[in-house]
Amino acid sequence: MWEYTEKVREHFLNPRNVGEVENPDGVAEVGSIACGDALKLSFKLDENKRIKEAKFKTFGCASAIASSSALTELIKGMTLEEAMKVSNQDIAAYLGGLPQEKMHCSVMGKEALEKAIENYQGAPAKETGAQIICECFGVTDREIERAVRENNLTTVEEVTNYTKAGGGCGNCHDAIRQIIERVRAEAKPAVRPKLTTIQKIRMIEEALEREIRPSLKHDGGDIELIDVVGNRVLVATRGACAVCKASDITLKHFVEAKLRELVSPDLIIEEVAP
Amino acid sequence: MKIVYLDNNATTQAAPEVMEAMLPYFHDLYGNPSSMHSFGGQVARKLREAREQVATLIGALPDEIIFTSCGTESDNAAIRSALATHPERRHIVTSRVEHPAIKSLCANLAGQGYRVTELPVDKNGLLDMEQLESSLTPDTAVVSLMWANNETGVIFPVEKAAALAHERGIPFHTDAVQSTGKIPINVKKSAIDMLSISGHKLHAPKGIGVLYVRKGTKFSPFLIGGHQEKGRRGGTENTPSIIGLGKACELAARHMETENKAVKRLRDKLETALLDGIPQSRVNGDLFQRLPNTTNISFEFVEGEAILLLMNEYGICASSGSACTSGSLQPSHVLRAMGVPFTMAHGSIRFSLSIYNNEEEIDFVIEKLPPIIERLRGMSPYWTSVAQACVSA
Repeated sequence: MWEYTEKVREHFLNPRNVGEVENPDGVAEVGSIACGDALKLSFKLDENKRIKEAKFKTFGCASAIASSSALTELIKGMTLEEAMKVSNQDIAAYLGGLPQEKMHCSVMGKEALEKAIENYQGAPAKETGAQIICECFGVTDREIERAVRENNLTTVEEVTNYTKAGGGCGNCHDAIRQIIERVRAEAKPAVRPKLTTIQKIRMIEEALEREIRPSLKHDGGDIELIDVVGNRVLVATRGACAVCKASDITLKHFVEAKLRELVSPDLIIEEVAP
Repeated sequence: MKIVYLDNNATTQAAPEVMEAMLPYFHDLYGNPSSMHSFGGQVARKLREAREQVATLIGALPDEIIFTSCGTESDNAAIRSALATHPERRHIVTSRVEHPAIKSLCANLAGQGYRVTELPVDKNGLLDMEQLESSLTPDTAVVSLMWANNETGVIFPVEKAAALAHERGIPFHTDAVQSTGKIPINVKKSAIDMLSISGHKLHAPKGIGVLYVRKGTKFSPFLIGGHQEKGRRGGTENTPSIIGLGKACELAARHMETENKAVKRLRDKLETALLDGIPQSRVNGDLFQRLPNTTNISFEFVEGEAILLLMNEYGICASSGSACTSGSLQPSHVLRAMGVPFTMAHGSIRFSLSIYNNEEEIDFVIEKLPPIIERLRGMSPYWTSVAQACVSA
């Protein structure tokens, strides 16, 4: 038996917003009966272009029904711009989490939402140039790339849990592995996982030691990390830097730029008294 | 909440008589049957009795009974023994609808260079005997076919199949885990060389199984160790469970008629009422070549896990062949082998009864299930279009 959260159980037993919106502004259908789950989502906007009503019809297991119910609750009252930002993790989080093997239910919700918004905006509903990778479940390279990118997936098994790709005959496992490698190679500079403060401190220390101090020491200067508060990196200058008039410029243009590149693009350097 | 247990092909409740027979052998009579003292010796005597009880149920000789830890061990021991004793042969014949104990083992052996023929079944889950015959070659080391299918209850003509193999000098094994105790078995009158039994499917506890090996059949042990089971299966005997299984076999022989009349009547009542009360539903598997306790029904356009969880709210226990319950993303290999369409396979529910079920429980399910299906269909995007098509037609 699956270990479902109480919230999943509750949304499965008492699903919200079942049905179809009359005269919808946007509507989409994803999944198929062959795959074992499918979702039809429809929504209507109010005069302020916010989602006034969202309804679903779902064929699938308990977590597919609960994910659909959660999705409709999540997006009500949102602008389309806000709704576009709802991720599959948001759906899973709303339900207090889903078993790994059931994450594809949340991905199905996200796909339906996106397609319904595209339907409203008159954008092409079909992905162009996408290539089917998993024949058993009809999953394209685009869908796999995206799941890997947005959920930081690293193994074929994870991709199967999130997209179903590879869950049938298994012939596409090599192709999936290649996509994972490709996306992860591209994604390194662009997508970073959220860092905890401890991770940040470690990475900053490492960057200072390897990339920054050697240059400063070359000029007889040095730098010391005092504290990290959110994205504010508090440092003190030492040696030649402490008396150098150009140290502000060095901090902004060299140290901050390096840390932004190596650790996180949001960091701000601040000098504090030692 | 009261439990209505209709999942007896998954496991059964140990019979009270079985429990009672077992209890002394945990604490008071804990001796090792291999010991030289009479404290252990008295347990050995009890094991002999259990061996006779098991042998009687299937028409075997006591010496032909080897106790194992479970059905899966028995299956593994049988196939590996046939291969070990026929090392020059590299071909295995089995079916597409076997239990994973055979199916996964054969897939594993295929990876080691054995050639595996998986015989197809027709839409009713029945075997084509001509195809079986034509698949047998001088290179075939073993034929393994289940007696009755765990998901659909469909019965294979294993006695005929064993005769075909026997004529060609090929060892024949059958996984009789689901049929033992439910339908009469007489190995003496058949050419079956090896047969697997699992205790917990017939009201004995989990963790005890049997491999029947016909006298004169070459055997190579799977577990090598002490001289237990005449050197055919090492390891100290699970004395309480063996004694429990002996008792369960004695009870099964006694209840065989009830199983085939009373249980079958309840099963038929449940099946008929559900098919009548729920549109777009149908039985998977042959209606006649079938165990008396099993029915596998598909409810179109709904998903099995959702049905199971809503039934669970009423304490009703059953199983499904849907993808979401298999953990593999694809619906049951048995239903796929039968060519059951996806719209049906995902919504399949297996009810399996036992002699401990009663009329009241069946009536309860007949009352609760139709609204559950209706409710899920109300949520299904496919059902709407089907309903609309029916109205406009």
